[in-house]
Amino acid sequence: MMESLMPELIRMVVAAVLVVAFVFLNAMIMGYLERKLSAHIQRRPGLMEVGPHGILQLLIDGLKLIGKQLVIPEKSDHFLFRLAPVLSFAPVVLPFIVIPFSRKLVIRDLDVGLIFILAISSLNVLTILVAGWSSNNKYSLFGAVRSVAQNISYEIPMLLSLLAVVLMTGTFSLQGIVAAQGKIWFFLIQPIAFITYIIAGVAETNRAPFDLPEAESELTAGYHTEYSGMGFSLFMLAEYANMFIVCSIATTLFLGGWRGIPLPFGDYSGIIWFFLKVYGLMVFLVWIRWTYPRTRFDQLMNFCWKYLIPFALVNVLVTAVLVKVL
Amino acid sequence: MSFYQNVNEIIFFVFVFLVLFGGIMAVRSRILMHAVLGLAVSLLGVAGLYFHLGSPFLALMQILIYVGAVCIMIVFGIMVGYTPSEVREQGIGVANPFLALTAGVAVFITLLIAISRTVWTPAAAVQGDFSLAYLGETLMYRYCLAFELISVVLLTAIVGAIILARGGRDEEHF
Repeated sequence: MMESLMPELIRMVVAAVLVVAFVFLNAMIMGYLERKLSAHIQRRPGLMEVGPHGILQLLIDGLKLIGKQLVIPEKSDHFLFRLAPVLSFAPVVLPFIVIPFSRKLVIRDLDVGLIFILAISSLNVLTILVAGWSSNNKYSLFGAVRSVAQNISYEIPMLLSLLAVVLMTGTFSLQGIVAAQGKIWFFLIQPIAFITYIIAGVAETNRAPFDLPEAESELTAGYHTEYSGMGFSLFMLAEYANMFIVCSIATTLFLGGWRGIPLPFGDYSGIIWFFLKVYGLMVFLVWIRWTYPRTRFDQLMNFCWKYLIPFALVNVLVTAVLVKVL
Repeated sequence: MSFYQNVNEIIFFVFVFLVLFGGIMAVRSRILMHAVLGLAVSLLGVAGLYFHLGSPFLALMQILIYVGAVCIMIVFGIMVGYTPSEVREQGIGVANPFLALTAGVAVFITLLIAISRTVWTPAAAVQGDFSLAYLGETLMYRYCLAFELISVVLLTAIVGAIILARGGRDEEHF
């Protein structure tokens, strides 16, 4: 029995190591891109000191964060305070299991892949709440409560926009959805769903213009105000990994996944196309963040409940009728 | 018993332990946040059991609805609940132990009767199609009435919430 289990075990370990390594690498790339792009948008050079154009700055930052002391507030809930950063890591690492990077490169192509990602991502809110509550700090708690209110509201238009695509393909498997986009990518057929998804995705990742949970002018740093050293860095890693997941769902469902004009790399061209699209979308999100000012909280909620959800609902209805008629 | 079956049993008992441990934590904790987290652990354990029985869809729905939505909703109770320091100062006693005991025993006996009367089929012996398409069809045809009744319950909850909130905020305390 042992022998037949071995390949599966090796596969699991390799996948886990690769995913965690990629989460760290992704945070480094995005940290550098975000700081450099924001600098250029604001007409300043940005990182310049460490390495050419500051390219090694994030490496040094990582070392600094690992070396820093972990300060635990005296009146906080110690166990939950320590647990929260670790918990925040699980919901962003697990979705990598079902993301199809290319025709062959996918850890497991579940037939409920999309539901898997959505279910696991819904745990994210709980960890933010645990972090904010256990800090015993009013800024943290306000940040966490805002984050929860925002996340559960924007989850609805997000689900509805994804539902429109599922109605058209009739499958939850991400490879199946990519396969259905052989002729035309879905953002051309479902522009409303695509735009709704991107807006809801920005809100789900708590980024500007919807970064109310960490609004630094009023809440210091939101739910991770009290965290230092690796506690803080785990939250940062989780945030960037979450951004990657949101963008890769958008790529898979609306932008044709790993499909693209054939490149001269054989089987590897799928992976290259996938990463090009995902990082393109992520740069787009960074661009949005540093271009638009923060919304007010009532504007944020009104926008979701009065505009996004009705539009998404109508879109689902129209899609359902058209799928039945055509 | 082979190695594979051993692992299978261990996984089953890990999930059972999670369900019981989470449940006890949810009941015993004085602090609302700990109680909710205990509930979340317990519900995750139930999701694990569904997964173990070979129904990943049910397991994921359990996580999405109960852990992701219901627990979060309960946490909003924190805003009207006591803070940890207040609990430490006053200590919240049991209001009526006899009533609590009676209710608990009544529910336990009802469940016991229901469980002992059911004829259980082992999971391995259950035959049939459990695909998503089949689940969807049975929900929309055979169990349509039950499915719609659940939505009526949700509608009642929403109407109730609106009635409670209709007064709006006090002008002075805004």
